[in-house]
Amino acid sequence: MALLEVQDLRVSFDTPDGTVRAVRGLSFSVDRGQTLAVVGESGSGKSVATQTITGLTRGAQISGTAYFEGTDLISADAATLRRLRGAEIGMIFQDPLSSLHPHYRIGWQIVEMIQAHDHEISKRAARRRAADLLTLVGIPRAAERIDDYPHQFSGGMRQRVMIAMAMALDPALLIADEPTTALDVTVQAQVLNVMRRLQEEFGTAIILITHDLGVVAEMSDEVIVMYAGAMMERAPRRDIFYRNHHPYTQGLLASLPAQSGKRLTPIAGSPPSLINLPKGCPFAARCPHVFDRCRVETPPATDVQGDPRHQSACWLDHNVTEAVAS
Amino acid sequence: MTEALTQPVTQPVTQPLLRVRDVRKEFPTHGREVVRAVDGVSLEVRKGETLGLVGETGCGKSTLARCIAHLYDVTSGSVEFDGTELTGLSRRAMRPLRREIQMIFQDPYGSLNPRRRVGSIIGDPFAIHGISAGAERKRKVQDLMEVVGLNPEHYNRFPAEFSGGQRQRIGVARALALRPKLVICDEPVSALDVSIQAQIINLLADLQKEFDLTYVFISHDLSVVRHVSDRIAVMYLGKLVEVAPTEELFQQTRHPYTRALLSALPVADPDTADSREQIILAGDIPSATNPPQGCRFHTRCPKARATCAAAEPGLDPVLDDGPAHRTACFFPLTIGEDLSTAVPDLKAS
Ligand SMILES: Nc1ncnc2c1ncn2[C@@H]1O[C@H](COP(=O)(O)OP(=O)(O)OP(=O)(O)O)[C@@H](O)[C@H]1O
Ligand SMILES: Nc1ncnc2c1ncn2[C@@H]1O[C@H](COP(=O)(O)OP(=O)(O)O)[C@@H](O)[C@H]1O
Ligand code: SF4
Ligand code: SF4
Ligand SMILES: [Mg+2]
Ligand SMILES: [Mg+2]
Repeated sequence: MALLEVQDLRVSFDTPDGTVRAVRGLSFSVDRGQTLAVVGESGSGKSVATQTITGLTRGAQISGTAYFEGTDLISADAATLRRLRGAEIGMIFQDPLSSLHPHYRIGWQIVEMIQAHDHEISKRAARRRAADLLTLVGIPRAAERIDDYPHQFSGGMRQRVMIAMAMALDPALLIADEPTTALDVTVQAQVLNVMRRLQEEFGTAIILITHDLGVVAEMSDEVIVMYAGAMMERAPRRDIFYRNHHPYTQGLLASLPAQSGKRLTPIAGSPPSLINLPKGCPFAARCPHVFDRCRVETPPATDVQGDPRHQSACWLDHNVTEAVAS
Repeated sequence: MTEALTQPVTQPVTQPLLRVRDVRKEFPTHGREVVRAVDGVSLEVRKGETLGLVGETGCGKSTLARCIAHLYDVTSGSVEFDGTELTGLSRRAMRPLRREIQMIFQDPYGSLNPRRRVGSIIGDPFAIHGISAGAERKRKVQDLMEVVGLNPEHYNRFPAEFSGGQRQRIGVARALALRPKLVICDEPVSALDVSIQAQIINLLADLQKEFDLTYVFISHDLSVVRHVSDRIAVMYLGKLVEVAPTEELFQQTRHPYTRALLSALPVADPDTADSREQIILAGDIPSATNPPQGCRFHTRCPKARATCAAAEPGLDPVLDDGPAHRTACFFPLTIGEDLSTAVPDLKAS
């Protein structure tokens, strides 16, 4: 059994302009100890999907199921979700400042968080635990810095503090939403390294949301490619890069800057509005392979070359993949 | 003039369009200290080329760009554009030159006034410089819209009605309005999704050919910079640490910081990602208020020795490099040298 099993998740928001259908029938699963990367352009529904699973979307219509160790997170009550968040499901967001309280010392915030879930632990033990965690994520002189305030840390250090907090209770699942997008590459490399090490040590499953295909290639075991609120393709890492099927996946990879000089191959146009999505395949307006059927019927995600781990939502022949020399 | 006489007769084939010499820019802080944002940078940009400028947050890229565009007065040093010294020029003397140096900024949302129509935003430069008005200005603006791939019929729309990529096209159109010679692109694609980023990169390449433009292209994304640049300058804490022709910088990396930057860049290729050398730099970038003595990188450099903390290396050709490849390091990397196993030793020299 997978650690997390999401079935037909749908999330929409009513706005003055109409109903925004942010997530439209998303299904996926995450296994223990594995990293699932969720990749897609901004607005494709990556954050809404994962925030909904953890009970953090407000004022939305939600349907579907998300079973986590036997509990459906979608129908669970607020108290259950609160208990699971932190203890079983850790979270890291793009902007660490927004999730750290500016007026409280770093150490105090971690201790609070540990004690909220572990009523037995003494203040001293919790504090020692906090210092150990900060050391673990590579904060130098952690025992001293534990009494610093968030603004005294650099962006990369704050993100490491966030990881420390998310890992404090040894969760089974870590959801990291663009954890390194705001960081410089050398700092990103440090932070990704910390995540990798923690996964090895504790066997944590990770959902890594990113728009950076480089980070996907470095970190993932499996990949979901999202577009306009739906999954376009899902496959083990190497298949996404070397044997992909969906024209959107291919378009994303072709857009990347090559070694030098040559003209890039962008995807024409821009993503559709989620308020009035046209019928059929959501990518049809930008797809170089579009044909009549695509504009009428929405393609379901089905197996590619008979492999149930590799699925693509596209009408093109599922026995043919882009053979990229590896 | 006497200087010209004493110079060697090896005139460069093409005169540089831009020549920056030992430029410094300091900002006051609340205390008595100063931020040394740009601290002695010299570089040249030839007509028609693209010089890439890379480095991490706060290293001084935008400040240097603004010094070049005369949006900041330099603290010291010289900026020479097309043979004219810009530092110290009065507003009035600068005016005609302002048209020739334009900037494109990162944020396609923030840099456009949301309450003004796109036509008048793009037409601004004409208005400011008192060039053409009325129907003629409108025609010029619509021509520009066409050139950058915007629908000229959208002349009366507001910025909010355009997507991120289209807004960046608006910024490009405005920068091109007065037919500049030099365009400084400060992170022009960093806020865009990759599929849209590729559209803008192609557009900039087309325009360069069509209008014979010279670019300074700033980005923290080395893969983008590698794609667009003829030469690349790497900046760290207010200083250039390495300058080289693009492929040479990648194939024959000399500076440990350049190598660390390259190795930190995630590659969208699983096989490469699994097999390549990973150098994880220790610590964070030091403050520009109090940069380290000697080589500024010595607090994080895997190769650092006592010499590095004591003296500051100059930016010169090292080992057997030609004059186009300059590196500021006492112990430059040789080809194939493994940096991932190097250990700093500040006691040894
Ligand atoms: N107006 C200012 N007043 C004071 N300090 C400044 C000012 N502008 C920049 N700085 C400081 O100067 C240094 C260089 O800043 P700059 O904006 O040039 O960096 P950058 O390389 O463009 O960084 P980024 O990649 O984040 O855009 C930083 O330490 C910054 O905090
Ligand atoms: N609270 C909300 N109200 C209305 N629309 C929303 C809300 N939150 C997100 N959206 C919309 O849902 C879509 C998906 O957003 P998001 O999941 O944040 O995208 P991503 O994380 O992939 O960039 C976007 O169109 C976004 O504007
Ligand atoms: S279903 Fe049709 S439009 Fe959609 S991705 Fe496949 S070929 Fe393109
Ligand atoms: S001079 Fe020394 S510290 Fe600086 S980059 Fe070279 S080896 Fe490293
Ligand atoms: Mg998001
Ligand atoms: Mg900048």
